[in-house]
Amino acid sequence: MRRENGGRIDRGTTLRFTFDGSEYTGHPGDTLASALLANGVRQVATSVKLGRPRGIVSAGGEEPSAVVQIEAPFPEPMLPATTVELYEGLVASSLPGQGRLATEPDPARYDAVHAHCDVLVVGAGPAGLAAARAAAGTGARVILADERSEPGGSLLGTHETITESEPDDVLGPQEVMPGAEWAAATTALLDGLPEVRVLRRTTVIGYYDDNYVVAVERRTNHLGAAAPADVARERVWRIRAKRVVLATGAHERSIAFAGNDLPGVMLAGSARAYANRYGVLPGERAVVFTANDSAYAAAFDLADAGAEIAAIVDVRPAPGAACAAGARERGIEVLTGHVVTAAQGDGQLSSVLAGRLRPEAEAAVGERELAADLLLVSGGWNPVVHLFSQAGGTLRYDEALGTIVPVACRQAVEAAGAAKGVFTLTGCLADGAEAGHRALEAALGTAVSERYTPPRATTETPTAPGTAFWLVPATDYGAHFVDPQRDVTVADVLRATGAGLRSVEHIKRYTTAGTAHDQGKTSGLLTTAIVAHALGASVGELGSTTFRAPYAPVSFAALAGRDRGSLHDPVRVTALHEWHVANGALFENVGQWKRPWYYPREGEDMEAAVLRECAAARQGVAAMDASTLGKIDVIGPDAAELLDRLYTNLMSSLAVGAIRYGVMCRPDGMVFDDGTVIRLAEDHFLVTTTTGNAAAVLDWMEEWLQTEWPTLRVHCTSVTEQWATVALVGPGSREVLAGLAPDLAVSAADFPFMTWREAEIAGLPARVCRISFSGELAYEINVTSWDGLRLWTAIMDTGLVTPYGTETMHVLRAEKGYPIVGQDTDGTVTPQDLGMAWVVSKKKPDFVGKRSFARADTARADRKQLVGLLPEDPGFLLPEGAHLVAGAELPEPPVPTLGHVTSSYRSAALGRTFALALVSGGQGRAGARLYAPVGGVLVPVTVTSHVLYDPEGARRDG
Amino acid sequence: MLLIPCPWCGPREEAEFHYGGQAHVAYPDDPSALSDEEWARYLFFRDNPKGRFAERWSHSAGCRRWFNAVRDTATNEIHAVYRVGEARPVTS
Repeated sequence: MRRENGGRIDRGTTLRFTFDGSEYTGHPGDTLASALLANGVRQVATSVKLGRPRGIVSAGGEEPSAVVQIEAPFPEPMLPATTVELYEGLVASSLPGQGRLATEPDPARYDAVHAHCDVLVVGAGPAGLAAARAAAGTGARVILADERSEPGGSLLGTHETITESEPDDVLGPQEVMPGAEWAAATTALLDGLPEVRVLRRTTVIGYYDDNYVVAVERRTNHLGAAAPADVARERVWRIRAKRVVLATGAHERSIAFAGNDLPGVMLAGSARAYANRYGVLPGERAVVFTANDSAYAAAFDLADAGAEIAAIVDVRPAPGAACAAGARERGIEVLTGHVVTAAQGDGQLSSVLAGRLRPEAEAAVGERELAADLLLVSGGWNPVVHLFSQAGGTLRYDEALGTIVPVACRQAVEAAGAAKGVFTLTGCLADGAEAGHRALEAALGTAVSERYTPPRATTETPTAPGTAFWLVPATDYGAHFVDPQRDVTVADVLRATGAGLRSVEHIKRYTTAGTAHDQGKTSGLLTTAIVAHALGASVGELGSTTFRAPYAPVSFAALAGRDRGSLHDPVRVTALHEWHVANGALFENVGQWKRPWYYPREGEDMEAAVLRECAAARQGVAAMDASTLGKIDVIGPDAAELLDRLYTNLMSSLAVGAIRYGVMCRPDGMVFDDGTVIRLAEDHFLVTTTTGNAAAVLDWMEEWLQTEWPTLRVHCTSVTEQWATVALVGPGSREVLAGLAPDLAVSAADFPFMTWREAEIAGLPARVCRISFSGELAYEINVTSWDGLRLWTAIMDTGLVTPYGTETMHVLRAEKGYPIVGQDTDGTVTPQDLGMAWVVSKKKPDFVGKRSFARADTARADRKQLVGLLPEDPGFLLPEGAHLVAGAELPEPPVPTLGHVTSSYRSAALGRTFALALVSGGQGRAGARLYAPVGGVLVPVTVTSHVLYDPEGARRDG
Repeated sequence: MLLIPCPWCGPREEAEFHYGGQAHVAYPDDPSALSDEEWARYLFFRDNPKGRFAERWSHSAGCRRWFNAVRDTATNEIHAVYRVGEARPVTS
């Protein structure tokens, strides 16, 4: 029910919104929760497991109950109604515990900012404002981040007033002012300082090493459909702060009693905030259940605003004197030494049962029934220590305060105010100012004599020490809720301890208490206390569960920022890319590269296109864009020595003008990469790598050069993108090359296999290498990237050459048994396993990996070795990854597997399907029949050599 | 995220670096002279202390240089950085 006046809302403007299909109104300054309460809506959600009605429990981000789905204008699941600012046209609905993801793409923009500061203050309540004020105006860079729409924290929800301790030239001569007014004036002052940045609607979600703090600013969420499209919806702040002051306040906690999840049961301080900040009475007739003084202030504020307080049920023998007097003044009955035994009602609260707390009795008995539509609960206040704990800070249970407080942290951080367990307003203001000053001096590394003197409170929320009270004793704990969001009750916790669990971490996982979207902000310590009660232990010795980021739910969209869609990962294209696109190529992602996969002609599917491209390469002439192959320029007097140490074979003996295939292994002897080495000059090599491994190979060379062999005089440079490379393949390739390069002697004798020539090709300066990845006569023509498209066009303009893509390349190389590192190998395969013992030098005294070839493991006869497979049905294509077994029938599991298929294709040249596989002892199994379980059928295959096509190598000279 | 003081570039975000494991594990002078066990120790065995640990880092998105750091594995505090080839400094 809306009060007639009061509250920080704009009553002159009306906002229309819809909840569960019904239309309501509210005002700017409202949250969805306050507007729903103003309209008398009590139930806003249904619980996830038990389907119980749930209402609004709090007025902030700690909300454990009122989670809603936003439907329009922007679909978003599972937001606490207490954190959704009301805007015109908002459509929301209640949730049965779980939300629904939006089905349409998110049109909003999200961005990120990196910031550095001397002092970061988290939280703009009284302590945070005082801390920021103390650090500001000194030249130090200060950031103040607050998660609410308006700085002020608790001051916005109370009627507390303050007075300046000393005349303040900014705030003027006013002697006493409402706390909220001081907050607004202080914020305005901070906003005006050039070195200070006040971030509103900004939740610090994570605290990481070296004072790296991540916050999310909600920039336009609160504007609904009126949000400007050119402003990012949310912004992630990545802040590196020299010092951090955590003025994150405290969360009130509940008490476990029967029916404490019923709509109408609300945290006392939150009800007070609704009355004062939003001008809303969450009920007409309230009972207050408390174990401390602070709830009295809530009761008095509600009573003064027109609510009837049926009774204050206080666990303690007596409240503080001021509270007792206040109750007397207002004619409120106080039941001391009493507890609420049950909240009752059908769908929402209608009455409260109260009874005397008898320590000797097993259960408290409800002796009086009090009619009420609102029950305010205060079990005490928990400092918000999440970020302090994330920072690596230690915590301790304070018996006197009945809560967990921060102790010490290795990082440059301190807590201030209620976050540290200081619960008076004057104390928070003073503590914040001191923390801010300390942070300033530490960040600047110098003493600062000028000091900000904070104001003090003229009225205080009473804070006589409370009693830590957690659980109303009963015989049945099935409706004593600990974590309403997860539907966890005291009975569930007792089941866990009854099953022998002792650690609060284990009990958290067993019961799921504290694992919901609110991460147990109001329920975590309560759970620990129930466990302590069950085990007869103290809360302090059990401790709390670990606090982890994020402090509050954060959208993936915010974390992704601009890095989505086409900006998610860089896309690399070659110099020939536009030709491929224009000629209908389909593309394959290889690392970040877009490579032409195949070039279907009209009416062709992939199989037909690849068979045609393969046939062209084996019978005519075909060309492929090979520009993505990694290319590393290795230069220096010791270049040959470096390559001798890194490759398994000898490279120093390579003649200038010649080319050699090489394999690199890791020290454990397993294949790391392969490629060709071209000797350009005595001290100059060009090394090629697999497309996906180019960066890793360069890093590998640098690592050895810098860390093990710093005396070698070698420089390694990536030149991958400086060159465009075209593979010209097939028996007719010599003729095509000769036509394009009239001055080049192209005969097999003049231009032998594994040599290179400089030549003018189609009028372009080029380096031509006679190497082959297909077994056919082939050339790789390299020109500068600028000339790439001209070269390719000239080749295509001959009208003789078929373009082919990576799929055809794979088929051609597999027919020849050439492995692809990373597809046919997996980091457990030696060169010998690949049938390439010939590439491992016996002469070199050492190279990386050599010693491992003398290990017993690399000599095992049952190592997995590369073989060819021919399915007995020549039309059957084995799926890559299929396992291979020995028998025609599967034994009982576990089934021993002999290996797996690594590559599988249809071959135009063989007229059938074939595969490559890694098979245990495969080199000795030629001719053997194995089986591949595929789709419940054992498919028979015959093991062959991994070289299936032209094993004599007769075709490479054309 | 750590703030790592690259000896060449100064303090930079951890995301700019690659981790390289334990430092001061030199490639053996003559691997062929080692027993299988000694070679296996070089290949596979590394210390895993709780506390100060000398380790290799590469400023891979910066100057691309390798260097060594003494980092406390329990607190992530970096007590020293030094160049490859230099002895581990005493950090008490």
